[in-house]
Amino acid sequence: MTLATATKSKRSAKNAPSRRPADHGAWFLVLPALIPILVLSVGPLLYGIALAFTDSQSGRTEPTQWIGLLNFQDLLHDTLFWDSFRIGLLWAVGVTVPQFFLALGLALLLNQNLRFRWLARALAIIPWAMPEVVVGIMWRLVYHPDAGVLNETLSSLGLGEGRDWLTGTATALFAVIVVGIWAGMPQTTVALLAGLQNTPRELHEAAAMDGAGAWRRFRTVTWPAIKPIALAISALNFIWNFNSFALVYVLTQGGPGGRTRLPMLFAYEQAFRYGQFGYAAAMGCVMVAVISVILAFYLVGRLKGGDE
Amino acid sequence: MRTTKSARAAQYVALLAYLAFLAFPFLWLISTAFKPAKELGSLDPTWIPENPTLQNFRQAFDEQPLLQAGLNSLIVALSAALVAVVIATPMAYVMARHRNRLSKAATGWVVVSQAFPFVLIIIPLFLILKNLHLINALPGLIMVYVVWSLPFALWMLVGYVRAVPTELEEAAAVDGASKLRTFVSVVAPLLAPGIVATAMFAFITAWNEFFFALVLLKTPEKQTLPVILNRFIGTEGVADLGPLAAAAFLATIPSLVIFAIIQKRITGGMFAGAVKS
Repeated sequence: MTLATATKSKRSAKNAPSRRPADHGAWFLVLPALIPILVLSVGPLLYGIALAFTDSQSGRTEPTQWIGLLNFQDLLHDTLFWDSFRIGLLWAVGVTVPQFFLALGLALLLNQNLRFRWLARALAIIPWAMPEVVVGIMWRLVYHPDAGVLNETLSSLGLGEGRDWLTGTATALFAVIVVGIWAGMPQTTVALLAGLQNTPRELHEAAAMDGAGAWRRFRTVTWPAIKPIALAISALNFIWNFNSFALVYVLTQGGPGGRTRLPMLFAYEQAFRYGQFGYAAAMGCVMVAVISVILAFYLVGRLKGGDE
Repeated sequence: MRTTKSARAAQYVALLAYLAFLAFPFLWLISTAFKPAKELGSLDPTWIPENPTLQNFRQAFDEQPLLQAGLNSLIVALSAALVAVVIATPMAYVMARHRNRLSKAATGWVVVSQAFPFVLIIIPLFLILKNLHLINALPGLIMVYVVWSLPFALWMLVGYVRAVPTELEEAAAVDGASKLRTFVSVVAPLLAPGIVATAMFAFITAWNEFFFALVLLKTPEKQTLPVILNRFIGTEGVADLGPLAAAAFLATIPSLVIFAIIQKRITGGMFAGAVKS
C-alpha cells in the first residue's frame, strides 16, 4: 500500500510544472490550525490577562475602564480568596503526591509478569475514560449517607456509625481528595509504565547478578530511568489538579461552608454568578503566577539535586 | 528474573487491592442503576440488587431530556473531533518535519496552554462568543472544543508523523512534488490509523467535557449530557438516586467503548515523544 501511494504521487508530480515554485505549501498546512489557535486560544489568553486590569462586569452598559492594579489590591485583602487558595494547594498536593506513589506501585506491579495483568490494565483505565461529572456522581453514590456503600461497609465491619462524608466540615476535603486520587490514577500509571518499559532490562539483570536487592535495584536502575517521566507527570498533575473544577463542583459545589472551594470554583462563582469578570480574571493571573513559581522551584530543585 | 513465592503472593494481593479500589465505585454505580426505589431506600444496601429493574432507566428518560442531550453531545463531539484532526494533522506534519521557529512556538503553546487555568480563557471566550451570538449555540461550543483538544491532538500526531520514514517524502520532493502535494498523497494515507485514534480521543474529550459546556450553554434543549446530568443532582432525594445512576451509566458507555478500542494507541502515541527523545 505504501508503495502504491508513493508511485501514484510520483506520477502526479510529473504532471506538475517542472519548475520549482517557492514552496509556500508549509503555510497552507499550518494556517488551518494556526488561525483558530490565535483567535480562540492565544488571543483570549492575552485578552483575559488584560481584563484583570479592568473593571469589566457582566451585563454592564457603561464602557469598561482600565483600573490598573485595583483588582489585585482587592485580592490581597480578600480572605475568602486566600482561603480558597490554601484549599487549592492542599487539594493539589493531597492528590498529586499520594497518587504518584500509588500509581508507581501499580505501574511496578503491571510491569511484572503477573497473571490477570491484562485485566488489571483494562480496569485501571476506567477512571480515565469516564466523564468527570459521572465520576462525581458515582462517588456521591459511594459516599451517600444512607444508600452509600461506604457507610454500609463501615457499619458491617463494626467501624462505627456512618457519617455524611461530603457535607461534614471535617471530612469533606479528605473525601474529595480521595476521589481526585482515584480519578487521576490511570494517566499517571500509564505514564510511569511507559517509562518502566523503557528501562534497560540487561542493567536490571546485571544488578540482580551482583546481588543487589529489590530496593537497591529500584534506586540505582529503575528510578534514574523513569525520573524524567516521573517529574513531568507529577508536575503536570499538580497543574491539572490545582486548576481542576468539574469533579469538586459535582461532588460538593465547594461546600460545606467553603471547605472544598477550590480556586477555580471561587473564580467561576465570581465570574458567572456575580458577573465580576475583571476580578475573576485577576484571580486567574494570580493562580498562574503562583503555580509557575512553585513549579520552577520544584523542577529546578529536582533536576539539580535529585541524585542525593 | 526470579521472585520468591511469598513475594509473588504479596504482589497478587497488592494487585487485587488496586483492582478493588479502581473498580468498586463503578460497580456500585451499576448496582445502583438497577435497584428498585424500595431497595435504594433501605438502610441496608446490598451489592447485588435483589430485584433488578430497568425502571430507573425509563424514569431517567422521563425526568430529564436525556435523548436531546445525548444528541447534542454527539453532534458536538463528532464535529469537534473531525475538525480537530483535519486541521491538526497538517500542522503536526510541519511541526514534526521542520524545526523552525514556528514549530518551536507551536510546541511552546502546547505546553503553556496546559498551565493556564480555564477561568482566564473562558471569560474572554464568553465575551467573544457573545459578540458573535454564539452563546447557547452548539457551533460556539464546537469551536471551543476544537481549540481545546488541539494541544493533545498535535502532541499525539507529531509522534505518529515521526514514525513515518522520511525517504518516501524525499523521493516525492525529488520528483518535484510540492509540500502540500507530498503531504496529501504520501504522508496522510500512512498516518490514517494515528489520525483515527486521535479523532477518537478528541471525541471522548469533547463528550466528557463539563466546564465550557456549563458556562456556554444556557437552556436545557441545547445542553450536553454532562450538564444535564449535573442538573439532575440538585433535585436528588434517595428515590432519585436510581435514575441518576442509570443516566450516568448510559452517558459513560460511549467513552468506555471508544477508549477500549484505542487504549493501546493512546498510551503508545502519547508517550512516543516523551520516551524517544
